[in-house]
Amino acid sequence: MFNNILRHLLLAVSITFLLSHTAHADTKKEQMWPVLKEIYFENKTILTDADDWLILDAPSRAEDAAIVPLTLKSLKPQTAESYIKNIHIIIDDNPDPYSANFHLNPTMEQVDLTFRMRFQTYTNVRAIVEMNDGSLHMVSRFVKASGGCSAPVQKDPEAVKSRLGKMQIRMRKPELGHAVPAQVMISHPNYNGLQFDQETRRYIPEHYVKTMSVNYAEQPLFSVDMGISFSEDPSVHFTFKPTKSGVLKATVIDSNDTHYTADKTI
Amino acid sequence: MPYLTKNSVKLLMKCCLLMVSVTAQISHADNGYVVNEVSEGIFFHEGVHEDATEANQGKIANVGFIIGNDCIAVIDSGGSYFEGKSLLAAIRNHSDLPICYVINTHVHPDHILGNAVFKNPQTTFVGSAKLPAAMAARGSFYETRFKEILGEAYGNAEIIAPTQLIIVGEPQIIDLGERKLTLIAFPTAHTDNDLVVLDNNTKTLWTGDLLFVERIPALDGSINGWLDAIEELKGMDIATVIPGHGPVLHQDWKAALEREKNYFILIRQQLREIINDMGTINQATENVGVSEKDKWLLFEEYHKRNVTSAFTELEWE
Repeated sequence: MFNNILRHLLLAVSITFLLSHTAHADTKKEQMWPVLKEIYFENKTILTDADDWLILDAPSRAEDAAIVPLTLKSLKPQTAESYIKNIHIIIDDNPDPYSANFHLNPTMEQVDLTFRMRFQTYTNVRAIVEMNDGSLHMVSRFVKASGGCSAPVQKDPEAVKSRLGKMQIRMRKPELGHAVPAQVMISHPNYNGLQFDQETRRYIPEHYVKTMSVNYAEQPLFSVDMGISFSEDPSVHFTFKPTKSGVLKATVIDSNDTHYTADKTI
Repeated sequence: MPYLTKNSVKLLMKCCLLMVSVTAQISHADNGYVVNEVSEGIFFHEGVHEDATEANQGKIANVGFIIGNDCIAVIDSGGSYFEGKSLLAAIRNHSDLPICYVINTHVHPDHILGNAVFKNPQTTFVGSAKLPAAMAARGSFYETRFKEILGEAYGNAEIIAPTQLIIVGEPQIIDLGERKLTLIAFPTAHTDNDLVVLDNNTKTLWTGDLLFVERIPALDGSINGWLDAIEELKGMDIATVIPGHGPVLHQDWKAALEREKNYFILIRQQLREIINDMGTINQATENVGVSEKDKWLLFEEYHKRNVTSAFTELEWE
């Protein structure tokens, strides 16, 4: 894998090259993808054969550019023989396209993940699913930009700051042996390092959530490496099936290496 | 008359206005830009109920000016540099007094993109104390998007931050000469930088986008905060209201606030039910508030966004 600096450098060079070749802004853009594919997946083969079992649900229009809900759902159960190991989320035209890497295993029988991203512009978003056998499968959607005044920025920075680090685990009333939808969320400004503070005349240093890990009864359910595309107050909805009593535990680590935890006993 | 006018016919008309108090005076600047005089010395251009486009030059919000004995205050400068120029021409059609203030009611582009037209050592830009930060956070995004949207009409637009700042809970009074304006900043509601302007002489209130009439309100702040702001506005002693979008209101201004309130109360209640049942934003945007569809213009363009925005606020309750 590339180290971060090299990755960003390559990206910058590629983008500069691409921009000089970009024609009309309002056509459906595929220009970025070949470059991104090369950067993140090198020469591996990515199949586009998964439309009948992988569902990427994205609004056709980013209603609120700061909060675009995305859902990735697999119609195949996770089994020890065949399971989704990673889900890479790429938002082609965001400042840092590589937006999430979910790490999964067979303990979470169903893959049904919902999360929220910022969209800088109209762009393709794609989920590249990596199976335990190493095969890669991609589904993608095009998301149009919202109306003009919806900027991908915080609505009320002070409110977010004042509740920084507050976490919630929410779920329907769980029953042992039955799948239950749950949500882990943390209040965090998720500064992406691109926001300029006019008073200090400096960029607000990046301060964002880097990982969220969720365990149940000491078994990992999933973890996700988060990029700067995540909306403020990062949130992940998921579904799991508790088969015995235990503690659902979520740990969040941000770019300052601050750890936040929350748990719920079932 | 307390101020200079170029046209003696208008002097006569203003005398008539004393008798026909509600009748608005309509005047055209050279380029067809219409401003109505809603109270004595208070003029506004009524925006069209559309999203900004190259064709409408971003002239979608209500913008205007107040003329005092000594100088003029502009209240919102327009949705493009072109609109700012039209507004300036309309002002000069009525008065040669200096423009001492440009007041921005909040950060949205349809209210601020004309600012650069009024850049002048004599002119002070005024806004909520939170407006500079919001402009800094959004400025480059707006610049990119609105150059695309407005094309030529974007012109020499610049994001110009206010230097005279109004803090929530500390209203300020500015004097245009025998004409005092009270400026009140609000806690987060439509945005986190909302400001209203009250002309004390005529009890005319510019609400900025705290009030939308006909056009669906666009939530970019806090649904709970906006409902609080509506209550506060309803308690004010006002004769005439110029909303951020839609026609001027006289006796019926409280009913307009009530309609806006009902919309937010309804979506808040339905959202709380969905959030409590572990619903997602997608479920909410498909189901919440659909009965409001025929009550508002531009519903399709903004309703789902309002629901999305309110969802992420209410799930922290």
